[in-house]
This record gives sequence, C-alpha cells and structure tokens, in this order.
Amino acid sequence: MKLTIKKGRIIDPAHDRDEVADLHIDHGKIVATGKPPKGFSPDRSIDAAARIVCPGLVDLAARLGEPGQEHKATIATETAAAAGAGITTICCPPDTSPVIDTTAVTELIHQRSTLSGKSRVYCLGALTQGLEGKSLAGMHALKNSGCIGVSNARVPINDTAVLRRAMEYAATCDLTVHLYCEDAFLSEGGVAHEGVMAVRMGLPGIPETAETVALSRALLLVEQTGASAHFCRISCAASINMIAQARERGLPVTADVGIAYLHLTEIDLAGFNSLCHLRPPLRTLRDRDELRRGVASGVIDAISSDHQPHDEDAKSAPFGLTEPGASTLEVLLPLSLQLVHDKVLDLKQAIAALTSKPARIAGIDAGHLGVDAAADICIFDPDRSWTITKESLGSAGKNSPFLDWEMRGKVTHTLVAGRIVFEQAGSGDT
Amino acid sequence: MNHNSLQLDTHGRLRHFLTIEGLPRSLLLDILNRAESFSGVGERAVKKVPLLRGKTIANLFFEPSTRTRTTFELAAKRLSADVLSLNIASSSTKKGESLLDTLRTLEAMHCDMFIVRHADSGAAHYIASRVAPGVSVINGGDGRHAHPTQAMLDLYTIRKHKGDFSRLCVAIVGDILHSRVARSEIHALSIIGVREIRVIGPRTLVPRDIQTLGVHVFHDLASGIRDADVIIMLRLQSERMRSALIPGESEYFNLYGLTEEKLALANADAIVMHPGPINRGVEIDSTVADGNHSVILQQVSHGIAVRMAIMAMTMSAPGDYPAEAADEVNN
Repeated sequence: MKLTIKKGRIIDPAHDRDEVADLHIDHGKIVATGKPPKGFSPDRSIDAAARIVCPGLVDLAARLGEPGQEHKATIATETAAAAGAGITTICCPPDTSPVIDTTAVTELIHQRSTLSGKSRVYCLGALTQGLEGKSLAGMHALKNSGCIGVSNARVPINDTAVLRRAMEYAATCDLTVHLYCEDAFLSEGGVAHEGVMAVRMGLPGIPETAETVALSRALLLVEQTGASAHFCRISCAASINMIAQARERGLPVTADVGIAYLHLTEIDLAGFNSLCHLRPPLRTLRDRDELRRGVASGVIDAISSDHQPHDEDAKSAPFGLTEPGASTLEVLLPLSLQLVHDKVLDLKQAIAALTSKPARIAGIDAGHLGVDAAADICIFDPDRSWTITKESLGSAGKNSPFLDWEMRGKVTHTLVAGRIVFEQAGSGDT
Repeated sequence: MNHNSLQLDTHGRLRHFLTIEGLPRSLLLDILNRAESFSGVGERAVKKVPLLRGKTIANLFFEPSTRTRTTFELAAKRLSADVLSLNIASSSTKKGESLLDTLRTLEAMHCDMFIVRHADSGAAHYIASRVAPGVSVINGGDGRHAHPTQAMLDLYTIRKHKGDFSRLCVAIVGDILHSRVARSEIHALSIIGVREIRVIGPRTLVPRDIQTLGVHVFHDLASGIRDADVIIMLRLQSERMRSALIPGESEYFNLYGLTEEKLALANADAIVMHPGPINRGVEIDSTVADGNHSVILQQVSHGIAVRMAIMAMTMSAPGDYPAEAADEVNN
C-alpha cells in the first residue's frame, strides 16, 4: 500500500530534522519526504496538519504478561496498547515464565506478536540459566533466535565471578548486557526508598547504595571484560555521576530511566499507595530532578516505560505484600512531552530519548525516518489533553499510578512497516 | 499525608484509629479525658458499661500477641460488646489473599469493628480502605509503622505521673528502626507538645532520617538520658542479632541496657516505661524494671481504659462525643 502523511511536523532526531513536510510510504518503507517520488500515487493519505510525525517509539522494557502471567496481560492486549501509545518496538525482558533462556521461548513470543500484528516485539535473552545467577544461558543461540541483548532482569547476580564470566561471554557473542543494578544483600526485605517516607511509614528500606554498589561493581567489570553494558532503570542521582565518569573514561555504557521515575517520588507512597510500589523504589525529589537533568544532559540516553501490567489482586494487600510495578505504556509519550512543557527537555531531545537512542542501544534499525527505513511511525496531536482513567487504558494492567492525571499529547496514528496499527477514531484522514 | 481522610469523618470524628500521625491535639486530649472517665470501671463490682451493647468486635491478630489482644478483649467486654478473637498467625494461608478473604468472611458475620494486628506496615490502612461503611478498624500494630493505642496509653501514663507535658524531656531507647511503638510515640509526643523527644540507640537501629520526625538522635545512652523525665525502653528482638544489627545481648546491655547507675543520670523523679514484653538483662535491668521509677505494670492497666475510650469514640454515633457519653458513664 502507498501512503502519504501530509503536512505533519516531521521530527526525526537521528537526522536532526524538524520541518513541516509530507512523508511518503510504499511497501512498508519510507520512500521520500517532501516531494513524492515520480509517479507516486498514494492509496491513502493521512492529514497530519498541526500534528507531529516522529519515528515510532522504541521501548527498552515492557512486560507483556506472556508467557506465564496471562491472567495479568497477553502479548495481544499489550502490543495493542503499545500501538495505541505510539510505541512500535518493545523489548521484552527475560523474566517471563518460563524464562527467555531457550530459543523456544523467543520463538513463542515472536509468533504471538506476529499473530497480534501490532507493535514489534524483541526479546532480551537471559544472561544466566533460569536467571539463577549460576550458569550461563545459551547466549549465542538466543542471539540467533532474535534476542537483541542479554539481561538477568531484576534478579541480582550475587556471585561476582559469575557476573564477570557472563559479561565476558556476552561480549564474545557481541551482545549488549542490560543490567539492573541492585545489591541483593543491601535491598533484602526492602520495599521503599530508605528515606523520610520509609521511616515515617515504617516500610523496610532499600538504600541508595543497593543501586550504587551494584553499579560500581558492574562498571569495574565492564572495564575489565570489555563488555558493552546498558544500565536499566537508574533511580538515584549518584548513579548518574558514576555513569558520566565511566563514559568519560571511554567505557561502552548507556543508561535509561523509567518514565515514572521522572514524575513520581517517595512522597507518592503516602497513604500506602500500592500503585506507587515500584522496583527500584521511587526515590527523593532531588533524585527525580537529577534524573530529569540526566536525560537533558544525555548521560541517561533513553526513557523507557518499564511497563508491568498487574491484575487487581497483585496490588490489593498491605503495601509490602503487593507486587511492584506499574502499567505505564500509555503514559510514556505524554509524560515525556510533559517534560518538554516543563522545559526540562526540548521536543527533539524528548523524542530522541524515546526513539533513536533506545534503538541504538537495542542495536536495531529503528527509531528514525530515513529513506528506506521501515515505516514505523507515530503521529500525535501535541496539544490535545486527556485524562488517564482505568477505562481509557488499553493495557490489561490497570495499575497506573497516574490515574486521573491530565495528559497532554495524544497519539492519532501508529504505523508499523507502513501498516496502520492504530488510528484514533475521527482523526480526519482520507 | 492522607491518613486523615481515612480515619476521620467530615466532622473530624474518629471513624478508624490507624495512626497518631496528623491527628489534632484536641482529639488526643479527648481520648485521654475519655480514658480517665473509664478508669474507674475496672474497680467496680460490675466491671461493665453498656456503651457498645449489641456490637460485635473481632480481634484479628495476624501476629501473635498476648497483652495487646487481651487488653483489647477486656476493653471490649467492659463496654458490653461481643468479642471474637481470631489468632490467624498460626494459619498458613497465603499472604495478602488470606487477609482480604478473612475480612470478607468476617464482614458476612456482621462485625462492627476490627482490631487488627499484622506484620506488614499499612495493613490496618489497607483493611480500613476495604471495609464496608460503618465498620471501624483499630490498628493494634502494623509492621514497623504504627501502634497508636500503645502510644495513647503511654501518653495517659505520662500524664498521670507528670501532669504538664510541655516541660517534659522524653527519651526513647533501643531498636527504633523496627519499632512501631517508637514511631507512634514520636508522633503522639510531638503533637501533644513535649519539650524534647530523644531517640537513643546504635546507628544500626536508628534510621538516618528519623530526625525528620522532630527528634534528637543520640547514640550514647548516658548523654541521651541525662535530665530526661520519661525513659521509654523498647524491646530488643533476638532476630536482630542474627541479622548482624548488633553483636550480642551482653554487648547491647552494656551499651544500652538501663541500669540503676545509668538511670541516676536522668531526673530524680524520672519514670521508666516499656511496652512489654520485657527482656530482663537485655534492654533493662531487673532492679530498674521492678524499681520505684518503673511504671511498666501501670501501663498495662491503663491500656484497658485507653482502649475502651478509643473503641467507644470510634463507634459512637455522630454527635454523641466527646462530652455526653463520658458523663453517662460517670453517672
């Protein structure tokens, strides 16, 4: 199908482009911007006047519930929700059940996502078998089955020698290691940031050092092993400086932050609000502000959703007994745009942190609008306001800490390989 | 904090009693005055008042407890309520699920009030947010978060002995980190307005940010209890040794155990309190626990009157407290 997106403001950070122009798509690929190629006659056109046309969002971490937690969500529900949120590529961490440590699981996830035909799903393979931190996962086979990186998800590897070897082996396979930094001993039993709120509410704390000690260990191992590492969901101000310094030393490291951490803090736990029970825990206002600055300065490359859909029961218990995680696919874009309104980021920076930069970390050809690129595109109305409600959420996970928040910026169309996978009703195209 | 939208009704009356934090001073005084009016009930031939006749109160103890549970039970009986005591600690049902399910079962039995003790912080809040309208929840201790009835009975005991709060220096000694009693007491003492609140303990058992609650932190017992009017000793649980928080009981006793010698540093008329159960020779020397500064046993008997007051106030129909009901009892 031939398609023209007309008169949109095209923002393509990878090509440093911000202009109002038409975008032409043929056979799932971008064929031209501005003037159509000779003899190009679109089957359909989308009027994108007063809208922004940007690369489809690339989310470095979203749990899809499948396999293993289909009562919470499925690949079908979550990829549809992602499409509605302008996300065209999702990276699925390996902490599924069974764990993504065999090619069979990768294939299952690929099959299901192809079947649902919405956003693309890439898998992160396990770093150790069963995420147990004992023996290495078959990383080469996982890579061949389509895994774009390896990770032990949120399960800390206590044995430093195992982590070292896993990183060496990942480097051998030319795979980026996606590391969550948490020292299991320092975080043991904790459910909230060890700070004023934990003291007040009597919640067992997770100190900042649970992250920084593990990060510091990982950075030393990066230096020794030569593995390239991506640090997932950084939560503390102190981590940002450590990553910046490592980069100055020339280490191949990148980092991302979850969208919730740029808006919420430990204060949001007040009243034992289990929707704000996250891992890593929401930290202080200062941490939140430094994380925002980290994205602006580029030390933090990407913003991810860190989406974790849950059923009602998972959040219905005394705070410490609830499961951590928030349903955040659908706030990734609007809450990033909020940072633009708040003058934390400029629009191009925000879009880069959601598209080209995470694509580079994932090592995939996505997140840009170059000629010949796959037409994975997000079109949104930057000014339209809407309110998050349980009913408005497309995700099966209704566990949003942002319920009743006003969002600015609404996706009107999402295209994956030139196919319209989401279209806002009454969005005015011909 | 939005505790109060849960525990107070629109007229500022108690609906639930979950935490001291955020309650107005006048309400704490109401509770103390109300407890005063109940204090004689236990000494009468007929130890009952008919305030909660026909009401059913369920003690939901997900954690073992003897004194808190029995004093609540006695308090409820003296108010003429029917009491159901459930010791759920021993049942091995899955966490979380059992809580909501147990609750639904009890609601089906038309209980009017739940007294809840649970090992997780926020459990009483959670239950209060789930119960049917008209059902009250009283926090009998949740995790490390709060033990508000204990704090009220301690205030009551302090007032009995010291009268004016405003000139008092109160020292809380021991495992502050894990103590719900300490947290509730800090809130209670600071709302009621004592001159100074001190917490004393090793760095491993005193959380770094505790001073944000308005206390002065000491790591040395001698300097911490100097000139104190009230010394509240906290129980040290033996699992603290296993988790590498302190080296052992004898070293702890040497550093933080209250002996007569150390007590001499406090004001001459200082009172010594302890929420119980006591570890003699660990946090407190027997001679101090049984000595004439100790008011530990009085705390227990005051616990009944204070809990009666709180139960009566939470269950009172709109408009019938503070004044009238108390008079009715005294007549």
